[in-house]
Amino acid sequence: MTQKKSNLSHTRRNILKIGGAAAALPLLGGRAFAQMSKVKAAFVLIGTPDDNGWNFGHDLGRLDMLAALGEENVETTVVTNVAEGPDSERVFRELAQQGNDIIFGTSFGYGDAMLKVAKQFPDVKFEWATGFKTASNLSIYNAKFHEGRAVLGTIAGAMSETGVGAYLGSFPIPEVFMGVNAFHLAAQKQNPDFVTKVVYIGSWFDPAKEADAARALIDQGVDVITQHTDGPAALQVAEERGIIGGFGQGADMSAFAPKAHLTAIIDIWGPYYIKAVKSIMDGNWKEGSSWEGLAAGEVVIGPYNPKIPAEVVAAAEAVRLGIIDESIHPYDGLIVDTEGVVRAEVGDVIDDGEFWAAEAWYAKGIEA
Amino acid sequence: MALLLEKRPNPSRAMVYLTPVVAVVLTMVVGAVIFSFMGFNGIVAVNEIFFTPLLNPLKWQDLAVKSAPLIIIAVGLSIGYRANVWNIGAEGQYIVGGLSATAVALATADMTGWWILPLMGLAGMAGGMAWAFVPAILRVRLNVNEILTSLMLAYVAVELLNYLVFGPWKSPTSFGQPQTIAFSADQSLPYIIPGTIVQLGAPIALLVALIAWLLMSRSIFGFEVRTVGSAPQAARHAGFSTGRTILFALLIGGGLAGLAGMLEVAGPFGRMVPQFPTGYGFTAIIVAFLGRLHPIGIVFAGLVLAITFVGGEVAQTTIQLPNAAVGIFQAMMLFFLLAGDVLTRYRIRFTRTSSSAGGT
Repeated sequence: MTQKKSNLSHTRRNILKIGGAAAALPLLGGRAFAQMSKVKAAFVLIGTPDDNGWNFGHDLGRLDMLAALGEENVETTVVTNVAEGPDSERVFRELAQQGNDIIFGTSFGYGDAMLKVAKQFPDVKFEWATGFKTASNLSIYNAKFHEGRAVLGTIAGAMSETGVGAYLGSFPIPEVFMGVNAFHLAAQKQNPDFVTKVVYIGSWFDPAKEADAARALIDQGVDVITQHTDGPAALQVAEERGIIGGFGQGADMSAFAPKAHLTAIIDIWGPYYIKAVKSIMDGNWKEGSSWEGLAAGEVVIGPYNPKIPAEVVAAAEAVRLGIIDESIHPYDGLIVDTEGVVRAEVGDVIDDGEFWAAEAWYAKGIEA
Repeated sequence: MALLLEKRPNPSRAMVYLTPVVAVVLTMVVGAVIFSFMGFNGIVAVNEIFFTPLLNPLKWQDLAVKSAPLIIIAVGLSIGYRANVWNIGAEGQYIVGGLSATAVALATADMTGWWILPLMGLAGMAGGMAWAFVPAILRVRLNVNEILTSLMLAYVAVELLNYLVFGPWKSPTSFGQPQTIAFSADQSLPYIIPGTIVQLGAPIALLVALIAWLLMSRSIFGFEVRTVGSAPQAARHAGFSTGRTILFALLIGGGLAGLAGMLEVAGPFGRMVPQFPTGYGFTAIIVAFLGRLHPIGIVFAGLVLAITFVGGEVAQTTIQLPNAAVGIFQAMMLFFLLAGDVLTRYRIRFTRTSSSAGGT
């Protein structure tokens, strides 16, 4: 697997070369002279930290970084609600002009803009979350959320009474369909007849749509729901309707649904942000690609709800620890997709990196 | 006692042109007060939003890039609005224009030539026109309200975009992410000022405004549009076809929105992505009114709105003003503008007879 992963970063780097080099753009404004005493780090968010999910997680990481490295050494700027596309390009350029040393873009859709601006400001380091291309001053970082999904799926499969779970997705992109499959495959190990209904709402944060979709799914017999959108709306519906439950995404959301919140996938970005900003301080920042999961503590499973039976907690923990010691893989065979195609033979696993580059497919029993 | 709005016999012409200026000034003053109460430095906030983009030369290119699509769409809308045709679905026409241009780009992926870009422009305009043709024909033939149909089609356009970008148009080299392949050099707008991000879209916006100005003030079509809008009876007596005027007004609006879509996808975006709709079609409605439905006024109004966008981002990074502040400033501007318009055309009178107040 380690070897395959290095293959992946190799492919990623090759992709880089496809985008041709643009002419240097000198009048774009050099960056202001930065004081060497304090590192300036900026964070560009697609929503606001009070979404209690994705953006909250990144902001928590920023605060951890500030606490670890000291506010006397690091100064941070957060820009919220930045739309993907050319609008973000302006924000990244503005931040570079203001003399930031390192700029984190925390959404996939910032990529084109970041790559453009990175070319114009070779002295500024850029970090693209969930991205897939690097440059000499642009690194990518991501977390293996799907490893956490396997733990949630184990709980869902064991606890669901109807045998029907739901996966509320944002968009059918790799990160999401990998999560759907990991969740479903783990649930099927507990209940071979488990069915996962997938609904895409076309947004990362739209509480009204998330809640509507949750209601519709519950009406169709779903009694466990997990969401891959940034807010707790679906959990609140789960609480209100009294179904078995749901899971927090990105952060512990138990405050919103104390009964329905079974556990959560918590993104811990702090260590990565500490490492990245520290490397600026030490002057040894390098172009790279980081993709850590449960083992490195970048993806963490939250506290288990006391209503989960002890044997289910034990099964979930077995999966979590198994993934950490690599005795269990979220995608180990036999895996057959909805078309009947064998995706992994018995004893085989699907490499995370290969799956990331693949077209969307769903394991048997998923209704997407 | 009741409040009455009484029509002024001769609204002041000066006030018609002064209202937008008053609205912008009032927005700054009230905005400064509101944000001071919220614990920000209101004066600095207004300064960052309205003046930094003007005073900092590094921001001028952003203003050019951001205002171009607003101006092009608003010019098109203003022609319809002059004819009393309320196309509020320019966002949809903009999206379909961008999609049509993308279709040409994908079909010519392996080709080179100077003709590709003009062809994309024509396709963009045709796409926008086709999308506007639906509400136009429904309005002219069946008298269906174009406000509803044009708006609803905007949502259909979003679904069409998503279908294409997540489906048949998805790039094979994007690791499953929803986006088309990047456009080649022959499919992208050239940079017109070296060393900046200003592409061909900005001069085209000025050209569009200029042509529209000549069209509206010098041509018979312009006269027809204005007559159909302000005096439909007179238009009929003069033998102008109301239906034809409405049709053309909507098609021009759609065509220009489509052109803006093409310029945007072949310019700043460089490929089609699900994030392509950024609300230009809706913001352009404010631009059209702030510019007094006059092409030259619209150029200035487009700049003002671009200033609020660019300045809003500056204020967010420098004084942590929330992103919603931009929306508040833009909404206040429209509010003061409309209020000013009402007061220009009507005077407020207090009356004692409650019966004339109509049902209060």
